[in-house]
Amino acid sequence: MNSIDALKELLYKTADDQLIIGHRNSEWTGLGPILEEDIAFSSMAQDKVGQSEHLYNLLHQLGEADADTVAFTRNASQFHSSKFVELPIGDYSFSLIRHFLFDFAEYLRFESLRGSAYEPLAQVANKFFGEIKYHTMHANTWLDQLGNGNEESHSKMQDSLNYAWNYALGIFEPGPAEKILIDENIFIGEENLRKRWLDVIAPLIQNSGLSLPSNDEWKPIYGGRNGRHTEHLQPLLEEMTEVYSIDPSADW
Amino acid sequence: MDKKINQTIESIDPRITRAKIQSGNKADMEGLAHFQTFEVFHQNKRGAQHKHVGIVHAPNPDMALLYAKEQYARREVTANIWVVPSSCISATEYSDDDIFTTAPEKLYRNPANYKVMDRINAFKERGSKPTDKV
Repeated sequence: MNSIDALKELLYKTADDQLIIGHRNSEWTGLGPILEEDIAFSSMAQDKVGQSEHLYNLLHQLGEADADTVAFTRNASQFHSSKFVELPIGDYSFSLIRHFLFDFAEYLRFESLRGSAYEPLAQVANKFFGEIKYHTMHANTWLDQLGNGNEESHSKMQDSLNYAWNYALGIFEPGPAEKILIDENIFIGEENLRKRWLDVIAPLIQNSGLSLPSNDEWKPIYGGRNGRHTEHLQPLLEEMTEVYSIDPSADW
Repeated sequence: MDKKINQTIESIDPRITRAKIQSGNKADMEGLAHFQTFEVFHQNKRGAQHKHVGIVHAPNPDMALLYAKEQYARREVTANIWVVPSSCISATEYSDDDIFTTAPEKLYRNPANYKVMDRINAFKERGSKPTDKV
């Protein structure tokens, strides 16, 4: 694998994660617990879809198909998103926990990519850093609010954290050519990213009164980066591409 | 005819029609008791005045700031946001609004009645120092 292929792999998995979680989180639109939260959560979901489009555009510049084709014509097995992002929205505590775990990983990924030697990627990372920073503020405020809330909110959040944890670790599934990316200063690599992520989220989780699952239970759920997904991704894609499938030239 | 069309629509609130939450659910309403309203003030650049733009509902100031950002800064150039609990606002009574009426002969209080721009512009054109005679 040469450095262009390694870069494409990085762009695909980053963009696919954002597109899929953006679509998933948009399922809360109209159903959010209160109006203000509904608007905020929907807006953040839109941000993520928009960010993915910019990354797909970078892929297009590298010779891949255009953003709409890449987003709307692939099957589940062609997606490089982690299994974590395709899980159904569940109840709000799960969506908030995923929002917290995923968005902090995304934040740190983009923070490192701001310094990427691949300049177009560094520019995209810079452009969206503020949006993602707000997403982490939103996620952490909710975690604190519900983790330190009452017994019911605390136990729902803890249960969701326990369920989400190994999926979240799956975000950091090692790529096939990370050494090239690291050597060329394009990306710090998944293992480094995972360490940074743990350093940041562990104290926040503790402050919110929640506990990480004990180390001996950490079993990352991999596969997504290689196109092996849960049964939840294909139905999501079918819904997401419904309009495109009827009329690929439709503009909306 | 399509079956769906014959159904009585209970509400256009998607939480009721799609999430199948019964309307008038008391538990839902009690949850909202933790919320209060916050007045939102928006500043478009540093040094500018914060302007009142509306309210948000939130359980505390931190969450009010999160929501104010999305409600009122999403489509605006923004430097800063304030939120203030609505309960902290003191207001005059509308029934006392006659206190704001000014007698028409007191137009000298209105700055629009002072025509000084000609003199200011002349001053600027000359590049005069403030101590110069106008």
